[in-house]
Amino acid sequence: MSELITKSAAELSSLLGTGEVSAVEVATAHLDRIEQVDSQVHAFLHVNRDGALADAARIDEQRAGGEQLPLLAGVPLGLKDILATKGVPTTCGSKILEGWKPPYDATVVKKLREAGIVVLGKTNMDEFAMGSSTEHSAYGPTKNPWDLTRIPGGSGGGSSACLAAFEAPLAIGTDTGGSIRQPAAVTGTVGVKPTYGGVSRYGVVALASSLDQVGPCARTVLDTALLHSVIAGHDVMDSTSIDAPVPAVVESAKRGDVKGMTIGVVKEISGEGFQAGVKQRFDEAVAILESLGANVVEVSCPNFPYALAAYYLILPSECSSNLAKFDGIRFGLRVGDDGNHSVEQVMSMTRAAGFGDEVIRRIVLGTYALSAGYYDAYYGQAQKVRTLIARDFAAAFEKVDVLISPTAPTTAFKIGEKLDDPLAMYLNDVATIPLNLAGLPGMSLPIGLATEDSLPVGLQIMAPAMADDRLYNVGAALERALLEQWGAPLLSKAPQLVGA
Amino acid sequence: MSAISRDDVQHLASLARIDIPSEQLDHYAAQLGVILDAVAQVSAAPTDDVPAMSHPVPMVNVFRTDEPRESLTADEALSGAPAVEDDRFRVPRILDED
Repeated sequence: MSELITKSAAELSSLLGTGEVSAVEVATAHLDRIEQVDSQVHAFLHVNRDGALADAARIDEQRAGGEQLPLLAGVPLGLKDILATKGVPTTCGSKILEGWKPPYDATVVKKLREAGIVVLGKTNMDEFAMGSSTEHSAYGPTKNPWDLTRIPGGSGGGSSACLAAFEAPLAIGTDTGGSIRQPAAVTGTVGVKPTYGGVSRYGVVALASSLDQVGPCARTVLDTALLHSVIAGHDVMDSTSIDAPVPAVVESAKRGDVKGMTIGVVKEISGEGFQAGVKQRFDEAVAILESLGANVVEVSCPNFPYALAAYYLILPSECSSNLAKFDGIRFGLRVGDDGNHSVEQVMSMTRAAGFGDEVIRRIVLGTYALSAGYYDAYYGQAQKVRTLIARDFAAAFEKVDVLISPTAPTTAFKIGEKLDDPLAMYLNDVATIPLNLAGLPGMSLPIGLATEDSLPVGLQIMAPAMADDRLYNVGAALERALLEQWGAPLLSKAPQLVGA
Repeated sequence: MSAISRDDVQHLASLARIDIPSEQLDHYAAQLGVILDAVAQVSAAPTDDVPAMSHPVPMVNVFRTDEPRESLTADEALSGAPAVEDDRFRVPRILDED
């Protein structure tokens, strides 16, 4: 195993900057790692070996020519397969888009290229980002590098697993109800859902437009901040993008000082129903934050118990509309076009053949919630609950600087365990969903292993809109204290994957 | 508040243009019934006089300047199409034959 693959993006950046290693060497080390272990992990749906090596060679040439390059130039990345990449397959984990090559790049992809970041390939995900385990990928599940019989979280399980398996130091995810944070929690990695509108969504296949947000994933808080600063910012191509300066995430990740801050533990998502080992590590992390000089208080958000129900009405409603574009006409799969079927029959046959179970469930549910006679009781009522959730947050942030909770109620569960019980699967998102409903930023970072199963536990930090910098400040303080306690990064305790 | 029948599922699926095989309708009906019972909890929330929230960032009418700019070429736009004819998307027949 090459030493290069265990380096952080920040470390690689300085090695590349001083010329100690070349971008081609860094890319090759990671591509070789993918070749060795990805048949077991299945983090990638598509590996763009030739393209990545060509990009890396170009970076090396530019550097040799004396060009001043961006900080992360030559650092590799795994890209969730929901972002459009020009000429490179983009499937969203669905059969309906098998083989589709977008004719343009997403804005985030453009920004990554401009920063010289080398995209190694596209990472696996639950179909159209619907799920918490990556088991709903039409191309088979991703495995958790901590235990290959367990899930790596979802929907962005490929992005979290590629970090934990040392296949890439950076990854991009999307978070609609926790799809960046929950995978980070169960794989011992870091993930941030930025403020809604903080990162452009142009070229990101929409799941639920009022909830979706693109965000950075990495193994350290600083790396996550470095990537955040590359992808964030206003984009005229996304009308929901916020026209304001990017919060000072990198400076905050370097600072990491919680002295004098007030931190609120959200009562409703920190106790009941949470695994004992998760609760134990969380309580210890709270004690660490106190020892670092933070004032930790308990905060009640009384409407949070309704968040999950509201989310599973709003999300299906929006996705039933957003996914109408997959109709077999302009791109992707077409079934039954034999001259004997009408266009409507072809659409119905195509969608039945191209969509998996979970996608069909949610589209039907959304169609129901939006139909005449049920609209007010379901979708309308859910939107009012959404206001209550936002008000709970607003009231809490009058008293505290950030809120915290465990990221997920349990550690990684077994593959197959919850596949036939959609409701049990949905409960994984209980602590992450409130933020999406309110459009606020959140981070998950590793805080240790649960005593009962030796699997990673994540802590969630939540901040007011456009105060993403606070996540990094608190995250960096906690990370530094934990690292001192552990003596080595948590991932060094993960079992070594043996090359195939 | 909500049992959902196999006929309901079939009707909803047809509205959503998904041809669910008839042997799977009961399966979906059972699962959707459980989910609907759970999400019906929203009715218990104290929402009197609470406005609906459709979107986390209040914004209206975001326009760009109306000036010509580059866009996809016809070839690029058609590059992922399942069927193309004369520089256009070819679609199955729209009207039933009489």
